[in-house]
Amino acid sequence: MPHAPAERVHKMYSEGGSFMKGMLLGGIFCIVATLLSSFNFGHQQHTDHHNHHHVNAPSKEELLRLPEHKRIELSQNIRVYCVILVEPKDLAYWAAVRETWSKHCDKAEFYSSEEVKVFESVSVETKDPWIMLRKALKHAFDNAKDHKWYFIARPTTFAIIENLKYLLLNKDPDQPFYLGHMVKSGDLEFIELSGGIVLSSEALKRLVGVLGDSSKCPEQGRMIWKLPEDKELAVCLKYTGVFAENAEDTEGKDIFNAKSVNSLINEAMAQTPQEVAESCCSDVAVTFNGHSPNNMHVMMFGVYRLRPFGHKFHDSLVFLPPKDSDND
Amino acid sequence: MTSPQSHRKARQVQSTWGRRCTVLLFMSSRADPSLPAVGLNTSEGRGALYRKTMAAFTLVHDRYLHAADWFLKADDDTYVVMENLRLLLSKHDSSQPLYLGRRFSPYVQQGYMSGGAGYVLSRQALRRYVAGLKDGTCTHTSSVEDLAIGRCMESLGVRVVDTRDVQRRESFHPLYPELHLIPGILAPSHWYWKYSYYKARNGPDCCSDLSVSFHYITPEDMHILEYYVYHLQVPGHHRDDTVDFLTP
Repeated sequence: MPHAPAERVHKMYSEGGSFMKGMLLGGIFCIVATLLSSFNFGHQQHTDHHNHHHVNAPSKEELLRLPEHKRIELSQNIRVYCVILVEPKDLAYWAAVRETWSKHCDKAEFYSSEEVKVFESVSVETKDPWIMLRKALKHAFDNAKDHKWYFIARPTTFAIIENLKYLLLNKDPDQPFYLGHMVKSGDLEFIELSGGIVLSSEALKRLVGVLGDSSKCPEQGRMIWKLPEDKELAVCLKYTGVFAENAEDTEGKDIFNAKSVNSLINEAMAQTPQEVAESCCSDVAVTFNGHSPNNMHVMMFGVYRLRPFGHKFHDSLVFLPPKDSDND
Repeated sequence: MTSPQSHRKARQVQSTWGRRCTVLLFMSSRADPSLPAVGLNTSEGRGALYRKTMAAFTLVHDRYLHAADWFLKADDDTYVVMENLRLLLSKHDSSQPLYLGRRFSPYVQQGYMSGGAGYVLSRQALRRYVAGLKDGTCTHTSSVEDLAIGRCMESLGVRVVDTRDVQRRESFHPLYPELHLIPGILAPSHWYWKYSYYKARNGPDCCSDLSVSFHYITPEDMHILEYYVYHLQVPGHHRDDTVDFLTP
């Protein structure tokens, strides 16, 4: 008889303890390995890889070099499809976006987690932000027709679509562009959703092509825990050879902002108190984020109507006037 | 107009719209060379406001009468688009006794101008005003500055001007933009509805594209307005070029 019953139980536990430790260690290794492999894209083969990490707005001089008929042709042919992701709790912001900047999109579609009686929307019937984004983009792709550029935003985003068109004027939508306010998180460079995401039709086409591939772009996300949907998007796009790029003006200032004008002005008041409005933000800014619904109406007045008599503006371009925009 | 406690606000005026004045003077109860602010040796507070105004205009008349054709009085929380003010004034004759701003209605028959929205006296109006202070035609009738000076202007034969644009939108605003632009935000009992000389409109028709002033502007909002008006551009957007001020 090798061991007494009590001793046998004790031995089982101590051996079991090592077993448990082994399991735990193995589990940790597994998680770490998954983490590392997800972010390790250095060796993938891509045929057309964008080497630059930021994209610039054209300068006035560049545009003036084009003949006038060409400028007019370019500005009249550029079409932006706006994808705005909403939930019932966003109702006040949703209303403001409907009444303000979304009217300047050639087509604006609101994708809602569920149907809402008050406003028209495409219901994606899910509250999961990543699945919402996937479904919205698939729907946009299927319904896009002649829209070459896609602009994705939340209802807390405020966008100046004419400045977006200005930025995209000299860019080819058959190239894979994925632009906005870029953030680096570990090895991943992604575009922040709240500052607005721009996709060219080529980029969206590639994304839609990989949505069905669950090894590259699964619905439940590639990690054990959920990444925010804007990071998931970046991961999927990377698989198709599309990389995030930060958009900047000719002075190097960000064109897309995930912060509000107030926030940026306050920072400038602290850093450059003699030159606040000059240095806070780009003259051709496209987005700000975090303004209240009322404030969005004020911004429409400030951006589109209030002006100093006698100042020359950019008269070399004509963007198609928006329909029923009675507050601007 | 500023005060020792709010020289910081005055500094924001200086680094934004104040630079566009031909002459910029900060009037305070105490001098402050760092701004620079002129010391009027008066008290501060609402009760002393009209005395301060009287002292300020007297000083301007005595030292700066020929430095300019028009004299704007604003607060350190007023934001002014100077180019639009100059356009408005170009339609009027400064050798006439004229008084321009946001017209308020009760108490004074021809109306009086909101203090906070800023008001302008022509050179001739300034002459008559200071003469009136000196010969007793105008006295300290009230500490409510805009009302007191409005009564005085009427008694001196200084005429008011309709400063609305051709679409009948107001250009001087006694409140900050949100309160004018958002319908329903001001309670029906708010003083604004009672005091507007012309029927007040809220919503997009409140404000001219060539607006001249807004009031209750915080330092942060001064710079925000500066950014919207002078820096943020929207190429290719059709502006309404028919907007102009009413001709007399």
